[in-house]
Amino acid sequence: MIRDITLGQYYPAKSVIHRLDPRVKLVTTMIFIVSLFVAKGIMGYLVATLFLGAVIRMSKVPFGYMTKGLRAIVMLLMITVIFNLFLIDGDFVLWRFGFLRITDKGLKTAVFMAVRLIYLILGSSVMTLTTTPNDLTDGLEKLLGPLKRLHVPVHEIAMMMSIALRFIPILLEETDKIMKAQIARGADFETGNLIQKAKAMVPLLVPLFISAFRRANDLAMAMEARCYHGGNGRTKMKPLHYQRRDRAAYAVVWGYFVLMIAVKWSTSYYAVMWL
Amino acid sequence: MSIKVKNVNYTYAEGTAYEIHALKDINLEIPDGQFIGLIGHTGSGKSTLVQHLNGLVKATSGRIYFNERDIYGENFSMKELRSKVGLVFQYPEHQLFEVDVLSDVCFGPRNLGCSQAEAEKKAREALHMVGLGAEYEKRSPFELSGGQKRRVAIAGVLAMEPQVLILDEPTAGLDPKGRDEILDQIESLQKERGITVVLVSHSMEDVARYVDRIIVMDHGEVRFDGTPKEVFRHYKELEKMGLAAPQMTYLMQGLREKGADVDADATTIEEAADAVEHWLKSK
Ligand SMILES: Nc1ncnc2c1ncn2[C@@H]1O[C@H](COP(=O)(O)OP(=O)(O)OP(=O)(O)O)[C@@H](O)[C@H]1O
Ligand SMILES: [Mg+2]
Repeated sequence: MIRDITLGQYYPAKSVIHRLDPRVKLVTTMIFIVSLFVAKGIMGYLVATLFLGAVIRMSKVPFGYMTKGLRAIVMLLMITVIFNLFLIDGDFVLWRFGFLRITDKGLKTAVFMAVRLIYLILGSSVMTLTTTPNDLTDGLEKLLGPLKRLHVPVHEIAMMMSIALRFIPILLEETDKIMKAQIARGADFETGNLIQKAKAMVPLLVPLFISAFRRANDLAMAMEARCYHGGNGRTKMKPLHYQRRDRAAYAVVWGYFVLMIAVKWSTSYYAVMWL
Repeated sequence: MSIKVKNVNYTYAEGTAYEIHALKDINLEIPDGQFIGLIGHTGSGKSTLVQHLNGLVKATSGRIYFNERDIYGENFSMKELRSKVGLVFQYPEHQLFEVDVLSDVCFGPRNLGCSQAEAEKKAREALHMVGLGAEYEKRSPFELSGGQKRRVAIAGVLAMEPQVLILDEPTAGLDPKGRDEILDQIESLQKERGITVVLVSHSMEDVARYVDRIIVMDHGEVRFDGTPKEVFRHYKELEKMGLAAPQMTYLMQGLREKGADVDADATTIEEAADAVEHWLKSK
């Protein structure tokens, strides 16, 4: 049940995408997200779909596994779609029922918004599923490295992020365990009205918080015991170096981005925005 | 109150890269009033198996019958099952949440629909059974020692008055004295109330002294199932699984190898002493 949340979970497989330098994947994800907002018209989304599809294919992560992350945003997705669908004014009214109506523009925006959100999640899932949290934070640290000159605590931020990512599955497991233990004592997390349900969460949340604090404490102690003292003078066992495949990937990604912008310009230039 | 487990398989994270076949074709019958030890090394599937017995985990395939009724059947009430089969989790002290000990122990009976007064009565009895007196009732569970927390958590399940009590490593991380106390209390409880007890452990020594029957698990399968004496005869195989037979088994086997005609089935120190004495007299 609760384990369905895949964001921040690594899926081991042997693929080109897995082997890429984490910096490449971070930059790619960022470019992909920006490109989604640049995208215009059906052509733009088609290019984005092809790109995302190809990457997912290459990553060798089962598609079903990847879409699990979407379940977490189903509610958000529905609300977005419903608001866009009914509240946006357009030229043609496609459907009307009482005060509810759907216009062509509303439908178009709703569909594109939904696609955009889904791609956003899928895109970031590809990154987190194919990169171990450690690699991810290493990459982030290196990418943000120049900010150190501005006294931004880059290493500490990266460390915090890696710990947070690492703890997601642990806390989920813990939640699962405590939930089971309380169910064994007759607790009921499913039935009842909202207030009863909220009350039923107390036996789950209290032990969960306590265990989170305990773990945080233990971790801090373990880190100190190994003389961790922040990023100053710290070297890496496996420093990141770009390989040929990483440069190739950069070329592909920037090519994709240029294509997206070209599509956007051409569509607005020729005004073939029939959608 | 028999529990029957028929061809149960369980796979964690089915269909992903993390798939683990944790239980493989398990068949068991747990009759009334038995004291059973469930033994296996780390990761052999003990916890997974016991979570099936009160319906917390649903078998990937196979059936479980409680009093001849299929627990996965349509009209079966899981809530009722859980009130009859009490499960104390591994490290149960992590599930405490109430402001004081008494209210925490009351949580179970209250969920079963007892009135506050009734729940408190049961909670007091349960606390007494685990050896915690009235002076603990109003203390916060979080300021107790590890062993005391463990007792509170066990009392939390006892207060539901289950007919089958399953304890998942109730003595893990306790000192020898605390361990013996808890196990002794469980034993006397089992005798007094005539309930069925399943004790999960990876220490043969602990279990040998108390149980009528031992079930040995290895890599998700049941390897041996019988009285302690029967099971300990396979001490060589047990060793290969990373388990050890009680020390007395080794002593007796050693004596036999040296030509002494002692009863090699002795598992506790007392039995071993008797066996040696018997042998010496008969010489
Ligand atoms: N929540 C879970 N998700 C995925 N795999 C799990 C989960 N819980 C247990 N497993 C796996 O299932 C197998 C059996 O685990 P189980 O907890 O039943 O073992 P155990 O015999 O209780 O071990 P221990 O003595 O350490 O408590 C192990 O290989 C374990 O890694
Ligand atoms: Mg276990």
